[in-house]
Amino acid sequence: MNLKEAQRAISEIKARQMELDEKDIDTWYQYQKQIRKLEQETTLTAWDHVELARRPDRPKARDYIELLFHDFFELHGDRRSGDDPAMLTGLATFHGIPVTILAQSKGKTTEENLRQHFGMCQPEGYRKALRLAKEAEKFHRPIITFVDTPGAYPGKEAEEKGQAEAIADCLCTFATLKTPVICFVLSEGGSGGALALSVADRIFMLEYAVYSILSPEGFASILWKDGSRVKEACEVMKLTSADLLEKGVIDQIVPEPFGGAASHIHQVVEKMDQMLRKALVETMKKKDNQLIQERYDRFRHLGDTSWKMSR
Amino acid sequence: MDSLFKERKKRLDIFHQWRKKPAPKPKEMPDHVFQTCSHCHASIPMMDLVKNQYVCPECRYPFKISARERLRQITDEKTFKEMDASMISIDPENFPGYKEKLDRMQKATGMKEAVITGTAKIMGNPCVLAVMDSHFFMGSMSAAVGEKITRAIETATKKKLPIVIFCTSGGARMQEGILSLVQMAKTSAAIARHKEAGLLVITVLTHPTTGGVSASFAMLGDIILSEPYALIGFAGKRVIEDTIHEKLPADFQTAEFVLEKGFIDRIVSRSKMRSTLGWLLAFHTKRSLS
Repeated sequence: MNLKEAQRAISEIKARQMELDEKDIDTWYQYQKQIRKLEQETTLTAWDHVELARRPDRPKARDYIELLFHDFFELHGDRRSGDDPAMLTGLATFHGIPVTILAQSKGKTTEENLRQHFGMCQPEGYRKALRLAKEAEKFHRPIITFVDTPGAYPGKEAEEKGQAEAIADCLCTFATLKTPVICFVLSEGGSGGALALSVADRIFMLEYAVYSILSPEGFASILWKDGSRVKEACEVMKLTSADLLEKGVIDQIVPEPFGGAASHIHQVVEKMDQMLRKALVETMKKKDNQLIQERYDRFRHLGDTSWKMSR
Repeated sequence: MDSLFKERKKRLDIFHQWRKKPAPKPKEMPDHVFQTCSHCHASIPMMDLVKNQYVCPECRYPFKISARERLRQITDEKTFKEMDASMISIDPENFPGYKEKLDRMQKATGMKEAVITGTAKIMGNPCVLAVMDSHFFMGSMSAAVGEKITRAIETATKKKLPIVIFCTSGGARMQEGILSLVQMAKTSAAIARHKEAGLLVITVLTHPTTGGVSASFAMLGDIILSEPYALIGFAGKRVIEDTIHEKLPADFQTAEFVLEKGFIDRIVSRSKMRSTLGWLLAFHTKRSLS
């Protein structure tokens, strides 16, 4: 059964459940069983994952931040040329310890999205993240990053202000940052724009998030000169959380309820809270040198299966 | 008299054999005698072009050259020692058409991957070199390319040598997906370590340096040089025009444009490249006050 059929069937059952008499617990339970069964029998295609990741009602970085940390204090500006609203940064406390938060932030309304370029950061966004990463290093505060972007913003000004240099600087600086870095991939991770915030000690990815070299549309148009072969592109791109776990690009998947985090965000946040806590306990007790060495090693051997010495 | 005839016959045989053999094709030189400059559209005799290091004598536009030719132009004779020469890409995911394309590229270029790495001397100064080649898969960054460059940087760090990287690339290798993308992080981390050890990184951006390569090691040089007219940028011009719905100026993302914006140190012509690198490398060697 595919996702759309299953979702339709489940909503029908749920409607019937609502009409039940309050005392009819047995039937309610029967229905619940049917729903479980449908959920288990549904197989998701890679394209389903992309659609789920792009659902407009999917929670954004700000939602998770507000639920995970209760005292988020936003900070602005890269101290060079501006403030990028697509990069949400600030300070917060997590179970008693101060942390720095760097998040790619999509908007909820059209106006917000136009202002925040649908989460596509500009050089000043990456430089804002860099500034705060160095500040976090100074105070030895762990950094929590949230990746949620289709890619870096392809604009005229972005190029003029050195988009390539800003991303390269992130990759280089995070590689030797003397403080723990934990990364969550929330919904979309695309190209170098996403990678800039993913040089981390632990990378967690939400179950229905996708992370790829480029958007499936861009991939199809570059490789096959045909932007309409998107679904086909998704299948060969290996962009789901399970694919990335298998390749060792991420460490763990954050399980999501059927149909995505939108339906039960608290459930997802609870899992994220547990994983973050465990990751911080593990990484904070490590000496700086060990931490950096391990971070280096985790990227050093990615791709070793894709080459060999001939003869 | 008899011996004379014998001698004549022998010579004729040699001549016949020679005539039957097909003429050997020169590897570097294209078949035609004239090349058209893609910048000023002048027709340039191949001989002049070769003499002029493949730079258009009319408008100084540098033609694309192979990594081998670049090494010949830059390094001191017989000093280049190649590393990881036999490394090739394999295709564990069986991406449709990838293996065939790799084979075709290897046959067409005589190279195994899009980069050649090794140790060499430039005007007497030892260094580690990585030279990319856009004839091979547009110089795209496969895991093998990332690995070779990372190994070159690590070798330089270990031997306390400067690293010089000639960049040319269209970006990530699409067929290898996410594992191509993470090579950006891998190479950048190696550069970060090299820099922390107090060692020199020189990158030379040649036409074109875009996408994932520009947003990683290319932009991380202590000194960033570029060839004239090279295309340097992150996003493709067409993508930007589609996003902002306006036409971009002709000089957008050229080396001259990027220099003006402050992201590269200098534009160096091909004829001065060797002496410039030699000077820079010598400048960064430890010296005591005379």
